[in-house]
Parts: sequence; C-alpha cells; structure tokens
Amino acid sequence: MGIIHINKVTYEYIRRDEENNVEGITTAVDGVSLAVEPGEFIAILGHNGSGKSTLAKHINAILYPSEGSVVVDGMDTKDEDALLKIRQTAGMVFQNPDNQIIGQIVEEDVGFGPENMGVPTKEIWERVEESLKAVGMYEYRSYSPNKLSGGQKQRVSIASVIAMHPKCIILDEPTAMLDPMGRREVIRAVRALNDVEKITMILITHYMEEVIYADRVFVMDKGKVAMSGTPKEIFSRVSELRELRLDVPQVTELAYELKRAGVPLPDGILTREELTEALKKIRMMGQ
Amino acid sequence: MMENMKLIADHLVYEYNKGTNQTVRALDDVSFVIHPGEFLGLIGHTGSGKSTLVQHLNALLRPDGGTIYYDGADVFEKSYDRKALRGKVGLVFQYPEHQLFEETVFKEVCFGPNNMGLDIKEVEQRAYAAIARVGLTEECLDQSPFDLSGGQKRRVAIASVLAMQPEILVLDEPTAGLDPKGRDELLSMIMDLRETEGISIVLVSHSMEDVAEYVDRIIVMDKGKILYDDTPKVVFAHAKELEAIGLSAPQVTYILQDLKSAGLDVDTTGITLAEARNTILEALHWKG
Repeated sequence: MGIIHINKVTYEYIRRDEENNVEGITTAVDGVSLAVEPGEFIAILGHNGSGKSTLAKHINAILYPSEGSVVVDGMDTKDEDALLKIRQTAGMVFQNPDNQIIGQIVEEDVGFGPENMGVPTKEIWERVEESLKAVGMYEYRSYSPNKLSGGQKQRVSIASVIAMHPKCIILDEPTAMLDPMGRREVIRAVRALNDVEKITMILITHYMEEVIYADRVFVMDKGKVAMSGTPKEIFSRVSELRELRLDVPQVTELAYELKRAGVPLPDGILTREELTEALKKIRMMGQ
Repeated sequence: MMENMKLIADHLVYEYNKGTNQTVRALDDVSFVIHPGEFLGLIGHTGSGKSTLVQHLNALLRPDGGTIYYDGADVFEKSYDRKALRGKVGLVFQYPEHQLFEETVFKEVCFGPNNMGLDIKEVEQRAYAAIARVGLTEECLDQSPFDLSGGQKRRVAIASVLAMQPEILVLDEPTAGLDPKGRDELLSMIMDLRETEGISIVLVSHSMEDVAEYVDRIIVMDKGKILYDDTPKVVFAHAKELEAIGLSAPQVTYILQDLKSAGLDVDTTGITLAEARNTILEALHWKG
C-alpha cells in the first residue's frame, strides 16, 4: 500500500480582472496520477510555472483537487475531519526559512508543532531533542533563530516538521536561497532522514545535482508529468530536458559534451566517480 | 589613472547594533575598485557581509569608517548629490519582483526615471528602451506586473532599474528560484548589457558555476573582510580555503582534480565546462 496516491488530479483556478469579471481558467495541474511508496525519495523537477508546487500543495491539503483525489496514508484530503492528521503525516518545508520559523529560540520553534498536537510536555522535550539531533542542530537548541545561517535555519524548519513524527516530508525548493554549504547541509539532512528514519521524501528543486540520489524523478510540464524514471534514465535524456527548460548536473553535461566529441562514454553519468572510472577505462583501451 | 576607476571603496567599516554589547562588524576595512565595463562577481556565505557592502555602493548605508569615491568624488560628503548616485549605481535586490507595485508594467518601469525629474518624453523613451532591453515584448506594457510569470516579473524589476540608465548595475542573486533555462537567459541578458552598453556589472551569487562562467574578476568576502580579489582562475585555485568558508570551486574543477589523481594528464586550473572538455580531450589525445 502506497503512502501517497494522487489519482487523476486536475487543479483549475479562475482568473479575474479588477472588476472581478472572469478572464479565463488556468489549469495548473492537469490529470496527474502518481503513487509513492513508503520510504521512497522522490524528486520533482519542472520549469517555473510547470505546476510542481501546486501539485505538492495538494499532498498536505493546502489545496484540494478540482477533479480527482489525493489520498495520504489512507486518508482522502477532502475529508475535513482528517485534516490535522494529514498535515501531521505529510509535513511541508518551504523555500524561505524566515517565513517558517516562529519561535524566539530554536527548541521553542521545534516544540511548537507537538505542543499544538497536545503531546505531553515530557514527550515534547524528547521529540525536540531527537529532531534537532537528527538534523545536526542540537548544539544550537538555545540559539535565537536570527543568529543562524540560512542552511541552519532550514534544518531547524525540517526539525520542526520531524517533531510531529510525519511519515512524509514535502520540501518545496528548500535550498533556493542558500549558499553552497547551506545547500549541502540541507540535502545531507534530507538524505539521512530518508536513509535512517525511512521518512518518505518529496523534494522539489531547480538544482539538478540534488536529484541524483532520488529513487525516482518526475518532470512536470504544463501541469502534466512529462517524464519519469530513475535519475540515470532522466539525465540520459539531455536534449528533452533542455526543451523543458531544465538541465543536467554539470558532471553529466561534461560527459555529454565529451561524448559528442566522440569519446565513447555511457549515457547518464551522474557522479564524479562514475566519470573518472569511465575515462580511466577509455584511456586504457586507447593505449 | 583615475578615469579607469569608476568606483573606489576606501577602507569601509560598518557595524550593526552599535553601542550595545552585540556589536557586529559587518564590514571590516574593505577596499576595492570597480572599473568601467567590468563584470565583477561577489561571493561569500550567508552573513559574510555581501549585502551590507552592496548597500554602500549607492550610499543606502553610511559607513562608520572609510568612504566611497564615485568618479573621484567622495559620495558621503555633505554636498554630494546622493540621489543622483542612486540612478548611476542601480541596485537590483534579491527577489526584486516582491517590490513591484504599479498597475501596469509601463508605469512600473517609468517610476524610476520619473522620480529623477526627467521630462515625460525622456521618461517614456527610456522605459520603452529598458523593456526591450530585458527581452519583454510590447504586449506586456499594459499588463499588470502581477499577471506575469516569475521570470518575467524579475525582468520588469531589472528594467525599472535600467530605465535610470545606471553606469554600474548591482544584482543580488538575480537567478535565485529561476529554472535552469531562466537562469541562463537572465545571465546572457546581463552579459549582453555589459557588452553593448558598457555598463559595469556586480553579480552577487551563490553559484560558483555561474560566476566561473561569466565574470572577469571575483571578490570573496568572509567575516566582513575581503579574502580574495582576483581572476576566477586564481580564486578557484584555492578550493580548500573556499570550502573552509562555506563556498566551493565549480564542480568541473573537482572533476579535473579527480582525473589528475587517477593519472590523467589534465590541466586542473579549468573552471568552465568548455575548459574541462578541452583539457580532457587533449589528455586523451582525442582528435574529434
């Protein structure tokens, strides 16, 4: 049984002009079906306006489908009584950490979710501790969030979600505003939580490098799923990705350019190690 | 010699929370020069002082020590026309589309030159030129900026600054949140601006790959000080030092280092994709 079932979801909204007259209907998500298994690491790519964030907001019932249904851990998102439970099951992390942190100090922020859920005080503290440890921020527990770097703040945002013991976390461009170190910290935390705690991860990003560790990748275009497969399968299709305004990791691009120059490299090289190995072999053949 | 120096930052010092026990020295004796027509990259981790520095360039912040000379004149002198300076040094903040406010794209882009007190004909001419310059079509003119896509909104915001005809254009992470194609398009447009109009560009970026690809010179900030001020090749040769302050070299540089360790005779100073490709082909003795 999958943890998330997106069944033929269409999401439309009505555009209105200043006098509130209907100007037209925009279909942001168009008949998307998608199932996610527990413990999977899913990445969603797509250009600006492709519908990926709109789709993601359906998973924790921020938006409801115009047609079709979304079922999270057996609960239909249209079932109002299940709303709180759905949001605890599928937590969301957004782009800008400054819009998500509300506590005066780090541990207060992380404790906010479980406190709201009515978790007993003693257990709140246990959850705060384990969540901060899971993202490597425990030593900053008594800091004011405004003393933290972007990557650290974003890890606190993730800890605040984990403290509610979700089965799934949706991350909507969590690294867009971060420096290289911050990006690495956040992606490392996401991968560790997926590996160790088996939390299902759905990562939306514009950074192709962050996708290579995912189990499956979905590429959205015009509200539909345009491509899906493993990172290796997806990044083997360089020209198709470029037509969809996307790109490939720089390692993959370099391998692609070398291949175009005649070097017999395999498609879909994703890591430095793979490229080094492949080139070593080619050099040995040449000698 | 002075004509060759458009802007001189001279021993800038700036402190936040002055007079409290939480004083933070955001700029600590920062000096550098911006030359006409130069494409300068400014990198540093979050909190390294980049944004504070950028706000000094058009006198939005007044330094606690040191000063800025623009075309040889001290911009913090009492009589200096700092309002005019803000037209000459155009600042595009992070997520500039959040600052759009007018009813139409055309009005939005007219706002800056209008404020400069130019006559209406000149204002409108500049607005048309700026909108064309950023690659927006005339159909956008009467649209509300809020009906445009994210990438288009950002172009409107840049056009509003360009309409003031700046001599130096400072962009604080202009590609944040854009898709890969959008990033390429925006950076090519900026490159083109420099080439056709001779505007100096200061690009604040978190993408080492973009900086390696586009700029002539890089300034690296750390803890309010300038750590390096040199060509991309020289700066990125310090990969270890950059990592220690939360930055990195471009990915291709690491690939070249790996290949070198694996015994392939590549030039590890390569920082762009084209350089990496060429040195690898050479090392393989590939004739393609």
